Amino acid sequence: MLDVRNLSVSIGDREILKDFNLTVADGEVAAIMGPNGSGKSTLSYVIAGKPDYEVTSGEVLLDGENILDLSPDERAARGVFLAFQYPVEIPGVTTMTFLKATLNAIRKQRGEPELSIPDFMKRVNAAAAKLDIKSDLLKRAVNVGFSGGEKKRMDIFQMAFLEPRFAILDETDSGLDIDALRIVADGVNALRTKGRSFLVITHYQRLLEYIVPDKVHVMAGGRIVRSGGKELALELEKNGYRDYVEAEVA
Amino acid sequence: MAAVQETIDRVKSIDVSEYKYGFFSEIESEKAPKGLNEDIVRFISAKKNEPEWLTEWRLEAYRRWLTMQEPRWARVAYEPIPYQELYYYAAPKTAAGPKSLDEVDPELLKVYEKLGIPLNERAILAGVEGAAEASSRVAVDAVFDSVSVITTFKEELAKAGVIFCSISEAVRTHPELVRKYLGSVVPPTDNFFATLNSAVFSDGSFVYVPPGVRCPMELSTYFRINEKNTGQFERTLIIADKGAYVSYLEGCTAPKRDENQLHAAVVELIALDDAEIKYSTVQNWYPGDAAGKGGVYNFVTKRGDCRGANSKISWTQVETGSAITWKYPSCILRGDNSRGEFYSIAISNGHQQVDSGTKMIHLGKNTTSRVISKGIAAGASQNTYRGQVSSHRKATGARNFTNCDSLLIGNDCGAHTVPYIEAHNHSTQFEHEATTSKISEDQLFYCMQRGLDAEEATALIVNGFVRDVLQQLPMEFAVEAQKLIAVSLEGSVG
Repeated sequence: MLDVRNLSVSIGDREILKDFNLTVADGEVAAIMGPNGSGKSTLSYVIAGKPDYEVTSGEVLLDGENILDLSPDERAARGVFLAFQYPVEIPGVTTMTFLKATLNAIRKQRGEPELSIPDFMKRVNAAAAKLDIKSDLLKRAVNVGFSGGEKKRMDIFQMAFLEPRFAILDETDSGLDIDALRIVADGVNALRTKGRSFLVITHYQRLLEYIVPDKVHVMAGGRIVRSGGKELALELEKNGYRDYVEAEVA
Repeated sequence: MAAVQETIDRVKSIDVSEYKYGFFSEIESEKAPKGLNEDIVRFISAKKNEPEWLTEWRLEAYRRWLTMQEPRWARVAYEPIPYQELYYYAAPKTAAGPKSLDEVDPELLKVYEKLGIPLNERAILAGVEGAAEASSRVAVDAVFDSVSVITTFKEELAKAGVIFCSISEAVRTHPELVRKYLGSVVPPTDNFFATLNSAVFSDGSFVYVPPGVRCPMELSTYFRINEKNTGQFERTLIIADKGAYVSYLEGCTAPKRDENQLHAAVVELIALDDAEIKYSTVQNWYPGDAAGKGGVYNFVTKRGDCRGANSKISWTQVETGSAITWKYPSCILRGDNSRGEFYSIAISNGHQQVDSGTKMIHLGKNTTSRVISKGIAAGASQNTYRGQVSSHRKATGARNFTNCDSLLIGNDCGAHTVPYIEAHNHSTQFEHEATTSKISEDQLFYCMQRGLDAEEATALIVNGFVRDVLQQLPMEFAVEAQKLIAVSLEGSVG
């Protein structure tokens, strides 16, 4: 599914990702853990196509196609989804309006016809049920006046609605209380299929108790420094990131 | 929801920076000689078979105008207007007073068809069969250069007692009403452009709604400047008698030309006791090309007089066109408990300059007013909100709420807010809020990550920004306005 090869990325003079390599197989849930400033969020933004990052070398292949020259919306049409660490507010635009505009834009890029209103509503309701979203919330402006946790949940709801092929969850657990965390995790788990992969970025092992990963990668200093199975997360929980940070400094 | 999608589709389907109403139609016209003098004023008056009092009224205004200075306080810059190089009257040759649609020049009908303005009543009726409610239909007065070519649904309106016709016709058919109200809100001496208009006004609409009547359909006027070097001097007069209600909308377009065209209009609204007038404008005059060449100078005086107690006047404007907009639709709140409203969306792109706002003059007791202004500046444009709110010594209990929000797109445009607030009694309560923001990179990226391209994302964010105001427009026009907003922002994101 996703193949990141020898990726180096800078902002200004600062190199953040250094010859970074990562492979995520079809249907795989890969977790990336690491201390603050290790480049986790940069990785998610570069895959999604945020401007301001300079890719100095390397490729990001999605199903064999290098997507680095594509605009963010073209990547979205190919099935890339980023659940934001800080979802953005769009005053005056209801979530319902937003969902319809995004879905139709994606369908148009793919050469598919617009969804009929009843089909659209079915899809909205199905996704809302998964994330336990009340319908009056959909009539409010996108993320405006929502708590941090509500925003995160709405973003995962958008993911469930758009049904992407490759989804990145950037620190989705931060700001969620335990009940919301469970709802979000259930929503994600319900979307796990052979044809859909996830990259779950998190500080803490807690989220991974609910979304059990196939692989865990430890990131420090702009690189992956260790990879393993789900048990690696538990080890990190016990020992912290100190060893990796010290190794990086040395 | 569907409207947003339509907006997006519309943006997609039209070439960037293409002004779609920019075509010129070969329609033979009759013009007054170039320039302005007393003979030209008499010529215009004679063309319209006006009574002597009106000819004199015009001449007095003209003489006054000669002594006046063009105002320079607005935040707009332009070369001196060569008033003697303009034509002050142009009329399609075939338009001389058609009685019915069958008599209207088919070429003219084609122009309006191309503009998407339905003038054929039968076609309109056919279109709404099934949903055959009177309120979903719109009566149109079509003004082409200096004259009104047709007014639709006149008979049906007449049944309700509503008079809706061109002002030239009203001068002939309802002289007592015209004489009583013309210039009673915007006197001929009011300001440079209003005085010029009083001397040479060409055509516009006249509406009278009798006491207690709720006008059975939306009324609208569609203004088109076609001729080259021709000024358009619209004059509109709307009177809602006691307890009456009317909703009126005007739309405007012009061909693309390298020269600047002048549109100096005067609109007067009068609401008597318990009456309500809702006046909406969708202004899309040609804004000039990408380099700032050409475009319409839109110098307009619009004022409503809440003359009666408990009356209400509401202005809603969507301003997307014109090279320069100089326009302050205002309310004089004379009657006790009267209410004035101003809802505005002003979008400037390219080299457009907008200086627009309102005046709320509180004279009566317990008068209230509300001002919601949304300015959007893109490209190298300048967008100014200028608003005055004042309360008279006797206007006890006056209240105003003003909210001005400006949105900037890009780094080369400017947004300015210039409020003038004067309270002359202690019980007045005036509130003013203003914000200026930019479409953030984060918002754009968020929308694009979900699949919208840069222009779709911008249109969506802007439509969200202006939502409060769009909701004030009659349904039929809200969708149109939404499309227009998207089209006028084309090319504003890199």
